[in-house]
Amino acid sequence: MQRHQSRRRRRRPNRLKRNVSKLFASPLQHTFDLSAEFRMDRKQYCVKLSVQPSRGLVDEKFIVLVQNVSPGFQMTIHALHKCEDGHSYEAFAHYTANATGTVNVSEDPSLGGTYSGVEQMGLLWSLRPVPGTKPGLRLRKVNVQTPMEVTISVYQGHQTEGFMDQVPLVGVLVERWYMAPRVRRIPITENGLTATLFLPSGLGPFPGLLDLWGGEGKLIEYRAALLASHGIACLTLDYLTPEITMETGKMVDSQYIETAYRVLEQHPQVLGSRIAMLGLSLGASVTLKMAVYSQVMKLRCVVCISGCHVQPIDGFLEELLNFCRINSETKTRINEEDQVIYHDLLLPIPTDPALKVDVGRLQCPLLLVVGEDDQNWPAYESAIDMKEMMEKAGNSHLLTVLSYPNAGHLIEPPYTPHTLATAFLSVTSVKKVMALWGGETVAHSRAQEDAWRKTLAFLRENLYGSSNCGF
Amino acid sequence: MSQTVPPVLSVHPSRSLVDEKLKVLVENLPPGSPVTLHSLHRSEDEHYWEAYGHYVSDHRGIVSVAEDLSVGGTYTGIESMGLLWSMRPVPGSRKGLRLRKMNVRSPMLFNISVYNGLITEGFREQTPLASALIERWYMAPGVQRIDIREKGVRGTLFIPPGPGPFPGLLDMWGGGGGLLEYRSSLLASRGFASFALEYFNSGELESAELEFSYFENAFSIVKDHPQVIPDKIGIFGLSLGSIMTVYLAAESTIVKPLCCVCVSASHFYPPGKNLHGVFEVMTMNSHMIRVDENGHHAWRDMGLEIIKEPSNRINVEKINCPMLLVNGLDDQNWPSVECADEIAQIMSAAGKGDLVTRLHYPDTGHLIEPPFSPHFRATKFKTATGKQKVIMLWGGQTKPHSDAQEDSWRKILSFLQHHLYSRETPKARM
Repeated sequence: MQRHQSRRRRRRPNRLKRNVSKLFASPLQHTFDLSAEFRMDRKQYCVKLSVQPSRGLVDEKFIVLVQNVSPGFQMTIHALHKCEDGHSYEAFAHYTANATGTVNVSEDPSLGGTYSGVEQMGLLWSLRPVPGTKPGLRLRKVNVQTPMEVTISVYQGHQTEGFMDQVPLVGVLVERWYMAPRVRRIPITENGLTATLFLPSGLGPFPGLLDLWGGEGKLIEYRAALLASHGIACLTLDYLTPEITMETGKMVDSQYIETAYRVLEQHPQVLGSRIAMLGLSLGASVTLKMAVYSQVMKLRCVVCISGCHVQPIDGFLEELLNFCRINSETKTRINEEDQVIYHDLLLPIPTDPALKVDVGRLQCPLLLVVGEDDQNWPAYESAIDMKEMMEKAGNSHLLTVLSYPNAGHLIEPPYTPHTLATAFLSVTSVKKVMALWGGETVAHSRAQEDAWRKTLAFLRENLYGSSNCGF
Repeated sequence: MSQTVPPVLSVHPSRSLVDEKLKVLVENLPPGSPVTLHSLHRSEDEHYWEAYGHYVSDHRGIVSVAEDLSVGGTYTGIESMGLLWSMRPVPGSRKGLRLRKMNVRSPMLFNISVYNGLITEGFREQTPLASALIERWYMAPGVQRIDIREKGVRGTLFIPPGPGPFPGLLDMWGGGGGLLEYRSSLLASRGFASFALEYFNSGELESAELEFSYFENAFSIVKDHPQVIPDKIGIFGLSLGSIMTVYLAAESTIVKPLCCVCVSASHFYPPGKNLHGVFEVMTMNSHMIRVDENGHHAWRDMGLEIIKEPSNRINVEKINCPMLLVNGLDDQNWPSVECADEIAQIMSAAGKGDLVTRLHYPDTGHLIEPPFSPHFRATKFKTATGKQKVIMLWGGQTKPHSDAQEDSWRKILSFLQHHLYSRETPKARM
């Protein structure tokens, strides 16, 4: 039963003339409409909203708590993020206050919105571009030294649109950081590398990790920064579009990866015998190649996310990309929405040993993270084949597979919004296509959270544990 | 290069507000391993502060500060925040230091480390097993900081994030003078538009804002701000600031606070005089200042003498708003407990006893600050009238004083929340 709230006393008219805009310096001045007339009639000025922690790492949970409303009060909790390229993302959920006039997002169900049910972090993982935004965008932080800023607000009633035209009842600003305090960011350009090293805060020495991304190239820093915030010295490597390739037009060879490994191994703050490698998508292909065949790299453990072991054994990147390019001419599928599905490029999984990494020779633990709805890469089929190969070779005790139904290709750190398809320019094509990644939002988001936790545990166990591998 | 397995130290959250609790965890230690957890802070004025606790890891090789016993160090027992509130200047530091954050736009940085064995000194010469850096903030994201120079009034206004409008607070510190922003920025982080008022510079009495109207103007500035709800303003004062609070609440015909918080309060104010009169009376009675065996000045006895004079008392029976009086029973700077007793008594006699709420804490001193900040039993202080610095005895013992800071802050916020944010409109007094 809604209790009628007594109206707050109307403000004196001369307030409207006050030039408020010059008083405010915070980013919120652009978010909230400051015209006084909207504020006059609000009945629930006393609503309290808190988000704890207000400054968190991107993989930390927060508690969103609304208090001091009347029991049964209907509200919409809204999240707004304006990313570095100027696009706005939002998420929202409908709640009804309980008998004590409270809504706790980690305990109470959302009745609708961009997510439903009890979802503590739904306001982040269900973020999507605001209506009117062009399709195919992907939310990725470029500058990891500043936080993502998310404005969490409470609006009256169960609303689904027009949030920007209203003044919310209350709002707070939340910071989400990829870097813990004093994590150090060190650009690496020595020996022709294009890379960034992230060192955890403290003296060390720390275990190390080589981090590789996928077919779009560029130097992506956020996962490495986050891993360093968890105590691992992490080197993220651009191997597809490094300076040296941009200048010479030539793809790098395996020695480039080994050089990066050496940089880590020899760093005074890195434990040279405790180095792991992590790759996503094409990066996972490279990771598997190096883990099995490199004479230089002695890896403690390997993580492959949405990866595939199918590639020509002879040669390296040039040969792998050619292999993909040739197959793409006949095996690329396009669906009704004009989205490109590259899933079949490497299928069927070949029986010819010259066309797949011989994982039976792997000597260290391997973690495979697979989305079963991956539309871009046959990670699931590949995982099955890898398991078979390792069982035959007798080293399957080294293998752990995390396979997630309805998760797609882009398995990112937790609470990263799921993207079904994005405008994608791979190094093998000349024009951007709308690449379909797959995955259903809720399942994909759960997979990201679970996979990250297990990946950290896997890394912790193998990088900090006292057991030795076979070398 | 050593290739031994390193223990893992984690502190959550790595960035927090100063009144939030931390979880400090060490993992991957050998079971039954004695270790020392250490915190180090370098202040803005470049002094080092530290605290440490002695622990023994359990059978899983884990030490959890929130759950395990510290068996020695600057704090003992199960103390999740002991590494912060038991901090003190490192050996060799100057005497009488006080830790106060002046720039609230940047965080305080603390280095938390774990050392092998039970160590009590020489931390800097040893290499820790692991360390982590944390940030502690007095300002939440989105809090606005506004310099105020208006109607002759000086200070800083902090507005909470969000569309507002918000209840307001006039925030006044004590006789040390200057402009201290940290409590106001923290109050704004908790939803209250708070105005940190500067009313004199330490040691510069001539420049002091002494007139009553200065404080009334300050209150109006808060009241008139477009993001402040004009009929939901309170006053927060500590020490000398709380004298002004009580005086405003009792005597002002312009200022109508909805509630007041008085920490280490006094109700003494020579009638008809401005703030100068307060200092005059203190000077007249300065022969009663007791200097203890350490050379520390305790003003308590002087205060007792001053408040004996009935004409010095503020007419607290005229106060019409709820008052929260927070006191330390070991206050050596002022007989604030006795003052609080009298205030309560007088208001009770006037039928307003239900307006007074009292919090008093044993073994707690004069400087009751936001939680987890270190306790200062005696610090260097430049008096308003004196030209030299003395070491002022504030009182209190570290553990009980820290408990008092933690408990009182929670209750102060609750009191302010109740009176300034409540959905019920306040009932008119008959």
